[in-house]
Amino acid sequence: MAETRGAQPAISGARAEVVELRVNGIRHSVHTSPERSLLSVLREDLDLTGAKYGCGEGQCGACTVLVDGQPVRSCITRVSAVARKKITTIEGLAKNGRLHPVQEAFLEVDVMQCGYCTPGMILSAVALLKKHPHPSDEEIERSMEGNVCRCGTYPRIRAALRIAAQKMELLSKEGGHAAGT
Amino acid sequence: MLLEPERYEHYEDLFYHFEATRREFIKVVGGGIVVLCLCGDALAQGRGGRGSGGAASQDLGAWLHIGEDGVATVYTGKVELGQNIRTSLAQAVAEELRVPPKSVQLVMGDTDLVPFDMGTFGSLTTPTMSPQLRRAAASAREMLLDLAAEQWKVERISLVVAEGKVTHAATNRSLTFGQLTRGQKLMRTIGGDIPLTPVDQWKIAGKSLRKVSGTEVVTGQHRHASDIKRPGMMYGKVLRPPSFGATLSSANLSAAEAMGAIALRDGDFVGVAATSDHLASQAFQAIDAKWQSSQQSSSSGELFDHLKKSATQAQVPGRAPGTSLGDADSRVRLEQGITSADLKLEQTYTVAYIAHAPLEPRAAVAEWNGDKLTVWTGTQRPFGVRGELAQAFRISEERVRVIAPDTGGGYGGKQTGEAAIEAARLAKASGKPVKVVWTREEEFSWAYFRPAGVIEVRSGVMKDGTLTAWEFHNYNSGASGIRTPYNIPNQKIQFHQTQSPLRQGSYRALAATANHFARETHLDELAQAVKIDPVQFRLKNLTDERQRAVLEAAAERFQWGKRKKGKDEGFGIACGNEKNSVVATCARIKIERPSGRVRVLHVVTAFECGAIINPDHLRNQIEGCTVMGLGGALFEAVEFENGKISNPRFSKYRVPRFSDTPHIETVLLDRKDLPSAGAGETPMVVVAPAIGNALFDATGVRLRSMPLAPKGMVA
Ligand code: FES
Ligand code: FES
Repeated sequence: MAETRGAQPAISGARAEVVELRVNGIRHSVHTSPERSLLSVLREDLDLTGAKYGCGEGQCGACTVLVDGQPVRSCITRVSAVARKKITTIEGLAKNGRLHPVQEAFLEVDVMQCGYCTPGMILSAVALLKKHPHPSDEEIERSMEGNVCRCGTYPRIRAALRIAAQKMELLSKEGGHAAGT
Repeated sequence: MLLEPERYEHYEDLFYHFEATRREFIKVVGGGIVVLCLCGDALAQGRGGRGSGGAASQDLGAWLHIGEDGVATVYTGKVELGQNIRTSLAQAVAEELRVPPKSVQLVMGDTDLVPFDMGTFGSLTTPTMSPQLRRAAASAREMLLDLAAEQWKVERISLVVAEGKVTHAATNRSLTFGQLTRGQKLMRTIGGDIPLTPVDQWKIAGKSLRKVSGTEVVTGQHRHASDIKRPGMMYGKVLRPPSFGATLSSANLSAAEAMGAIALRDGDFVGVAATSDHLASQAFQAIDAKWQSSQQSSSSGELFDHLKKSATQAQVPGRAPGTSLGDADSRVRLEQGITSADLKLEQTYTVAYIAHAPLEPRAAVAEWNGDKLTVWTGTQRPFGVRGELAQAFRISEERVRVIAPDTGGGYGGKQTGEAAIEAARLAKASGKPVKVVWTREEEFSWAYFRPAGVIEVRSGVMKDGTLTAWEFHNYNSGASGIRTPYNIPNQKIQFHQTQSPLRQGSYRALAATANHFARETHLDELAQAVKIDPVQFRLKNLTDERQRAVLEAAAERFQWGKRKKGKDEGFGIACGNEKNSVVATCARIKIERPSGRVRVLHVVTAFECGAIINPDHLRNQIEGCTVMGLGGALFEAVEFENGKISNPRFSKYRVPRFSDTPHIETVLLDRKDLPSAGAGETPMVVVAPAIGNALFDATGVRLRSMPLAPKGMVA
């Protein structure tokens, strides 16, 4: 039985243009096809490899970054759609050499096994805590369900979220800026 | 169908070139102290395929260097995939060197810098690599003491090593390791006879220590293989056949080339490389290929029939007392054991193919410098991949360097070097470094799977709960964990190879999961039949004290027999052992109405693997095993039809997520009197039967196929 895989329509006829990106407080003018995913521009053009590829279909959360504070799956986000918006990747989460409370909590709870899901988990958690400073288990499930940890460290991520919530509350009480993004 | 070498795990076909590498190594590291560590007996045993044990024991297992700056660096062929051995090995070395763990560096999985290692699998790092490194460190410590004693002309006995210094208290003098090693070029080769710090005196090992590379991970600085970038690097993509076994009839590459990509056909291999990932994708789409598909068209629907029909020879793994080799006499006894029983039971259990689905798919960056090839890739067997590359490109292994950066998950699934070979082939064609990262779909379709299997059990039991006979046949999954821990006078236990329709290979805990699932489900059925509590029933037939201890510990923590069941809830228990550790798990599940969704609410696992090196990381492994085991138990299954995987995406292949995660309690039994065993695999082997038994408890429905309830429980 013969099977043919004919040439498929090219992904995009769109020509390269200059897209303005604001990533971690730095402006980049990226010469790229506007159709490309934010994930591949971050990783390949800007060498910000903290956002990981896990599925390419918005199902695992490994590629999560924050766009204007909202968690976004960068693998299914066209780069042109986030031009001039405020993008935060894991590399830009620590401020002035000080880790974000969620990062600290991940270290304290010693969450990580392989750590491949970690950047996406941390950024999703940052967004969640911003919306719900003290999330219930159900809220955690609802908003983190799209983040896969194949090593199965979910119980620890949950514990880290709790600790981070406390840390952030303390910080905001002290009047210090709760390293928000 | 190719049998993956790692299926029986103690596989090895590459030879370590002892003399050459030793010389090179000394050149590389320069001055200081070097301790070369020969493999201990435990490892030599694992190298059964190597011929005489004498030759194997001459191999280097690891080396340790203390530089002129006092920094201790360990070189080991083991790799980090999330089991956190970079941390536990640093602890073991720091313990013997009497230094803080952060001052120990580990160079792992770089074939040019570390001695040959067959790979990171089989939970072998802790029982074999860790003691070797401890011996190397202990011996380095003694060398430092010698140096100080000589320099000060004092008795060695009057010296103390602590915090990276040797101190002579009487004269209040001390020297750092760096001061002692400066200008030295000392090398010592050690065997297995170096005395180690007794476990009850451990100060650094035996304690929880956080992941040593944690900060790099939480800040996104750690570079996995897929994150590596090289100057001038191109991006590669490889064309896959439309179905398994299809052969390429023609490929028109001109459109891809016209776009400025390098396009290559070599036999059935077709790939492109381009200066950007975007261009590579476009060029890839432009390939026009014709395939001839193979006639083989098995599907998951008829899988189990197929496995049984294609079974070839039987193997008897090891020989337990009373295990039948199939001779006439023992067959007669088995039948007598069954006939004399008050109750007989015969059941069939099945397990599906499942996928490892590490979150980081296969990835590699390859670079040629003249005829020397360097490849960065996430793999459990850097030396195995080096061998594959040498073979594929017909060059000697000395010309190939494989570097395995800490990898985004393996679980037994990354023992082969497909992406490495593909990247290297494209790099060769383009004259530039090339990166190949498999898509999720490729990873689901073209990696190998955990073997599916059919298991038939026939047994006899007396009314008082005494087991009288046990016949157990496993078709295809494998022999790991196939022997029963229960005292049964008449046994016949066999593993049968078959023709697997899918490419299969090792998976965390290998067949121990399938075999424990069948055995422990069957045990539960027997307990039910004779109306004896499942814990009491097991204890009645168990004398192994380690096995009893974990069973009792899990039952106690779970409050087995005392806990009240809620509506639509069920409790289940199972126990077993593998790789020299013992485990028991209790599960509480609930069926949600009306959806029928099964929620595992609470899991208690008691685990004992000898002396514990890092309790918190041990807990993390048990938790991870529970979550991963739960996926295979309840819903994971690879489906295929007409030579294609039909669910090769996370949107179609369900993996455990937050909402699937139960409350997990771990009970660690620390046996300081027993050698430390690995713990990344065994805690998962009884998760499935514990859940299945709980499902029966809740519904009265006995499920005998894994996954147990992919669509929930409607009953
Ligand atoms: S890679 Fe974007 S969600 Fe998986
Ligand atoms: S730690 Fe490995 S995927 Fe989450």
